Amino acid sequence: MSTTTAGPKTIPKPREITTTPRFSDKVFRAVVTVGGLSSLAILALIAFFLVFNGFETFRSEGISFLTGFEWADAIPEEGIAASYGVGAMLYGTLVIGLLALVFGVPIAVGTALFLSYYAPEWLKKPMVVVIDVMAAIPSVVFGLWGYFILMPHAEYWAKLIHKYLGFIPIFDMPANAYSRSPFIAGLVLAIMIIPIVTSISREVFAQTPLDRIQAAYALGATKWAMIKAVVFPYGRGGVVGGAMLGLGRALGETVAVYTVLNLVYDIRIEVLLSAGGSVASMIVNKFGEADAPELRALMAAGFVLFLVTLIVNFIANYIISKTERKG
Amino acid sequence: MSTNTLMAKPSRPWKPTPKSLLPDFIGALVTAFGTLAIVAATPLKGKLGFVIVLILMAIATTSILSAVRKDRKAALNSTTTVLVYVAAAFVIVPLISILWEIITKGATGVSLNIFQNDMSATASDAPLTEGGLLHAIIGTVYLIFFASIVSTPVGILAALYIVEVKGRFAGLVRFFVQAMSGIPSIVAGLFIYAVWMIGLGNSYNAAAGAAALAILMIPTVARTSEEVLKLIPNDLREAGLAMGATQWRTVAMIVIPAAKSGLITAVILGIARVAGETAPLLLTIGGADGINLNPFSGNNSALPYYVWKNLSLGSEVAVQRAWLGVFILIVVVFIFFTLARVLGAAKGQKR
Repeated sequence: MSTTTAGPKTIPKPREITTTPRFSDKVFRAVVTVGGLSSLAILALIAFFLVFNGFETFRSEGISFLTGFEWADAIPEEGIAASYGVGAMLYGTLVIGLLALVFGVPIAVGTALFLSYYAPEWLKKPMVVVIDVMAAIPSVVFGLWGYFILMPHAEYWAKLIHKYLGFIPIFDMPANAYSRSPFIAGLVLAIMIIPIVTSISREVFAQTPLDRIQAAYALGATKWAMIKAVVFPYGRGGVVGGAMLGLGRALGETVAVYTVLNLVYDIRIEVLLSAGGSVASMIVNKFGEADAPELRALMAAGFVLFLVTLIVNFIANYIISKTERKG
Repeated sequence: MSTNTLMAKPSRPWKPTPKSLLPDFIGALVTAFGTLAIVAATPLKGKLGFVIVLILMAIATTSILSAVRKDRKAALNSTTTVLVYVAAAFVIVPLISILWEIITKGATGVSLNIFQNDMSATASDAPLTEGGLLHAIIGTVYLIFFASIVSTPVGILAALYIVEVKGRFAGLVRFFVQAMSGIPSIVAGLFIYAVWMIGLGNSYNAAAGAAALAILMIPTVARTSEEVLKLIPNDLREAGLAMGATQWRTVAMIVIPAAKSGLITAVILGIARVAGETAPLLLTIGGADGINLNPFSGNNSALPYYVWKNLSLGSEVAVQRAWLGVFILIVVVFIFFTLARVLGAAKGQKR
C-alpha cells in the first residue's frame, strides 16, 4: 500500500454473476453432448444400414425369413427362385446359447461363491486375475483350442452321454457323427462366458448386506445355509442378469462357433449330432461367395442377430441395474 | 528380551488340534486311495473316470464325516463346499490347457525370420523356417492405431457426458453404451461393409477394419473412463469452479490431468479387447499375404486373420503356422492387458 506511487486506484469491476454458461462452456457442452450421443447414433446407424441393405429380402421373404429352413440361391436356368430363411440358424443359435448357459452358469456361480465366501485370502487375487485373463483371450484362440484340443475329449464325453442317457430324445444319435456338434460348441461357449457371468455374480454377491450374513451365522447357520438364506435371495437378479449378458455374448459369437460347429440347415433336437446352426457363423460361412441378393439376405440376417442380442442385453442390463440399486 | 514376562502368550483356542484334524486327514486318505482302488477295479478308466470318481468320493467322505460328527445340515454344507471348490477348479483347467497348448505348440516356431518375412513369396505348405507374419503384425498395428484414434475421443467424450455434463440424456447414453458392448462383432463388420463397400463403393482396406474395431472398442473405453472419472473427488471440481474457472477449464485442466493414467488404462483395455477380434476383419480387410503399407487402399492382413486363414487351409504346416500366430497374438494381447493392469494399479484405482 505504501510502496508504489500508483495513480488513481482502479477498482476491478466485479464479474457478472450469472448461471448462464459462457461461450466456451456452450461449445464444450455441445461437443461433449455430440460425443455422448454418438453411441446412440452408431446403434441407430447400424440398424438403419442393415435394414436398408436387407430390405429387399425382408420384403420378398416376409415372415418366412424368420421361420424358413432353407438358404438357397436362385437358379435362373431351372426357374427356381431364391429362398432365404434363418429359422434353422436361429434355432441352432438358441440351442448352443442355452447349452452354454447350462454348462457355464453353475460353474460361474460356484466360482463367484468360491471367490466371495470360500477362497482363502491369498488365493482371491490370483483367481480374479485368472478370470480376467480368460476374458481377454480372443475368440479365435478358443476356436483353435476347441477344435484341436477340446474336441477329441468332448467327442468321448458325448459318446458316454449317448451310451447312458441315449433314451432321452435330445441325447439320441441317429448316425455315428459326434464331432462338431452343438454340444461341443456349447462347451466352448460356456468357457467363453464364464468370466463375465462370474464377475457380475461376484459384484452382486459383494453387495449382500453384511449384517444379514452375520445374523445368519449368529443363528448357527452353516455357510451353505447362510448362502441359501441370504446371498441367493439378494443376488438372484444379478445372477440372472449376468447369465443373460453371457447369453448375449454366446448368441453373437462367430469365429469360435464356426470352427467347432458343423452348420446344417435343419432343425435337429439331437444336440450330440454333428449338425447345428448359428446365425453369426452362417454369415461368415456364406459371405465369401455371396452374390448381391444373397448379400442382402445376409444383411437381413445380421439385423435379426443385432436385434436379438440387443434385446437380450437390454433385459440383462435392466435386471442388473435393478438388483444393484436394491443391494 | 526376557523382561516382558507378564505378556500373555496369544492363544487360539479355536485352532484345530491335531486330534480334531485326524478324521479329516483319514478322510482325505480314504478319498485318495478309494479313488485309486475304484478306478483300478472298475471299468471307469481314463482321466474323466478318475475325475468323476474323485469328486464323488470327496463328496461322500466329507459328507459322511460331517454327518457323523454333526448333523445332516453339516453334511449338506460339506457337499456344497466340495462342489464350489470343484467349480473353481473347472474354471482354471481350461485356461491352463489353453495357455499350455499355445506355448508348447506355438512357441516352438518362434524365430527371428518370422518377424522379417511375409507370406507373399512362400508357399502355404513351406516349412516354418520360410516366410513369416510380418505383414500380419503390420496390419494389426495399423488396425489398433486407427481404431484407437477414432474410439478414444468418442469413448472419453461419452464418459465426460455421463459424469461431467450430466446432460438430460446421461442415463440413456449410459444404457446405450452398455448395450453397445454387447453388439456381436460380426454385426460391426457387416455394418462397415454396408457403409464402406456397398454405400461408398470402396474396396477392402485396413481402415475399414479399424472402423469396425472402433465400434467394438468405444463401449470399453467409455465404461472404463466413466468409472475413472467418477473416482476423481468432487472437491477438485468445486475448487476449480470456485476459482472462477468455467466448466470447460475445470474439466480440461483439472479433471482430465487428474484422471490421465486411468484414461490411458481405459484405452489400453479397449485395445486388448479388440486386438484379437477376427469376425469383423473377415468382412473388411480382405486378407493379404504380402506387406501392405498403405492402410487406406488395398487388402491387408492382421494377426487374427493370419490365424484364421491358416486354420482354414488345414494342412499340417498351416496349422503349425496358426498356432504360431496364436502365440504371437496372445503375447500382444497380454502385453496390453498387463500394461493396463500395471497402470491401473499404480494409481490404486479399481480395475
